[in-house]
Amino acid sequence: MMPHAQKAAIFNKDEARTDWHDASLWMVRKKRDFAVSEIPEWEFLREFASDIKMHTLSKLDDYLEAFEKAAIQNGAIVHWAADAKEHNDIVLSILNKHQAKKMVKSKSMLTEECHLNEFLELHNIEVIDSDLGERIIQMLNEPPSHIVLPAIHLKKEEIGELFHRELHTEKGATDPQYLTEAARHHLREKFHTAQVALTGVNFGIAETGEVVVCTNEGNADMGVHLTPVQIHSMGIEKLIPRRSDLAVFTRLLARSATGQPVTVFTSHHRNPKPAGEMHIILVDNGRTEQLGKPDFRSSLKCIRCGACMNTCPIYRRSGGHSYETTIPGPIGSILTPGVDLKKHGQLPFASTLCGSCTDVCPVKIDIHTQLYKWRQIVSEAGLPEGGNKTMMSIMGNGLASPSFFHRLGNIGRKLLRLFPGKERFLSFTVWTKDRDLPKAPVESFREWYAKQARDAQ
Amino acid sequence: MKVGLFIPCYMDQFYPQAAIATYKLLLKLGCDVAYPEGQTCCGQPLANAGNEAASRGSYLHFVTMFEKYDYIVAPSGSCVYHVRHHFDTLDQTDAVKKVRAQTLDLTEFLLDVLQISSLPAKYPHKVGLHQSCHGLRGLHLATSSELVNKPANSKLHELLSMVEGLTLVELDRKDECCGFGGTFSVKEPAISVKMGKDRIRDHFSKGAEVITAGDMSCLMHLEGIISRQNIPIKVIHIAEILNADEI
Repeated sequence: MMPHAQKAAIFNKDEARTDWHDASLWMVRKKRDFAVSEIPEWEFLREFASDIKMHTLSKLDDYLEAFEKAAIQNGAIVHWAADAKEHNDIVLSILNKHQAKKMVKSKSMLTEECHLNEFLELHNIEVIDSDLGERIIQMLNEPPSHIVLPAIHLKKEEIGELFHRELHTEKGATDPQYLTEAARHHLREKFHTAQVALTGVNFGIAETGEVVVCTNEGNADMGVHLTPVQIHSMGIEKLIPRRSDLAVFTRLLARSATGQPVTVFTSHHRNPKPAGEMHIILVDNGRTEQLGKPDFRSSLKCIRCGACMNTCPIYRRSGGHSYETTIPGPIGSILTPGVDLKKHGQLPFASTLCGSCTDVCPVKIDIHTQLYKWRQIVSEAGLPEGGNKTMMSIMGNGLASPSFFHRLGNIGRKLLRLFPGKERFLSFTVWTKDRDLPKAPVESFREWYAKQARDAQ
Repeated sequence: MKVGLFIPCYMDQFYPQAAIATYKLLLKLGCDVAYPEGQTCCGQPLANAGNEAASRGSYLHFVTMFEKYDYIVAPSGSCVYHVRHHFDTLDQTDAVKKVRAQTLDLTEFLLDVLQISSLPAKYPHKVGLHQSCHGLRGLHLATSSELVNKPANSKLHELLSMVEGLTLVELDRKDECCGFGGTFSVKEPAISVKMGKDRIRDHFSKGAEVITAGDMSCLMHLEGIISRQNIPIKVIHIAEILNADEI
């Protein structure tokens, strides 16, 4: 796997494009700021949402059982999947039961996490992602680069080119209205012929056993309404206790995600259609393990709004694909090291710890503190990102010793005085590729201070 | 009231003028200030690189050096944040608790402890203010732009408004990170430099002659890019502006 830094360096080779990507996401952040500014009780809502989530996580087993019971009473079939494989097998078994060869899917990060599409394609099932952004990247055979805006890394010219190739739109067409219309007709046919529909879940309500799906395009609803069999794949951390708690989250979610007051559709799915089937798959896939880590438990509060990505100066300048995770950006960098430390242990270092993610998070996850804590774990595990332990220990001792410390500092400064200008030596080479080193002064503050103290006597 | 002055390691060696300004400013405001000469480093560089355990010795040394002072003042929100926030890994003895509670960034010391409302400072220049992240979001020296519904305040703005002749420029992005981030600057050089360039462009395009900040580390990074690209803009620590009484 290519390190994040290397992918980021490649991304930054086209500076104009980096600026464009940065500006696109910054615009979303500004829309969020404006939407939030209209809610005087915003900070209270964040706190409230955080409390509801922490409470739910503290009794997750109880709430999951309550949810299951209520869902069964509603006529749904509830499945439990310990991991991605079990989830995918369950989906396949439902499809096989109904001899379905075509499934329409609305945006679901969980099924991305489980790599469901690849799995089903191996079993000759056609999966159609029906969210426009998802459909675009599915045609390109790329993963989403953002959890809310999956094709944000693509320009409309590139989408025009793709649609010309795939959907036979006019060559050179870039008008979003025209292209969307073409996608709409293309998808309409798919909706009519699919036998099973699968959606992700934004919130599961323990009290009522219903699932809530928040979308802007209505594609999730259309899929569910047109097919007899519906499947809802849901991470177990998506639960909230009561329907009355939902309003807290719907007020936070869309404002944080896109700056809308609310998503266009907030759909509650509770019962199967007459003669239809409704399946709910509750997926763990590492979540209980994360729940067992006190320092990282609160990462499970995440409602997948993507605000931390839009605000992250690193994400904006490296793109979602540079993280090589299903969930990129700051939240992904605290969720994924717990899944595979060796593979994702570098990600907590892809941050300046500026803390913007923490302040923007609608459920108050202390993301940058958790990034710091993952760094400690990565280092303790002896992974290269944590640096050489012996060296670090020697440096640690050096920093605690005045004489060593002062001598080292003076040597460093004097070396810089000997080699002024565009220095490219020692370990400063990475620094000096595009930056100069500070101009070393004749005397340090310490020396100045000692001298003036002597003079005063 | 005895004040112990803590000067971050890289400032001691590379930016003594900012440290001298801090010291002289405190003297000017009547403080009994001393610089304990055995001081080293707050330990942040190692800890942020994931080696908190190796930093323990420097944490303890910091506490030993400064426990006898009523206040420990540093011209760096970042180091102060580290002491206040991350010394939680030490046994919380009375000395540790005292040092953590009494370690303040220069700007909060001036406004919250000395409660100054004016300064004999003059700096007739157009200045861009960079809000260093650890001071901003860690010490809450200002309200971050994410918290749009909290009353906006900024200690650095408040202090700069006391300086005669100084004009602050309005930035497009008033508190985006400069991209330094300690080890980040060498682990992720491409983004680090790009972030720095973007910050400089924001200040420069608004007519700033000078970029100031509460943390010299941000400015060191920006200065490195400014110098390499020959951009006609300077960096200066806020202490130097607040202490500037001669032109």
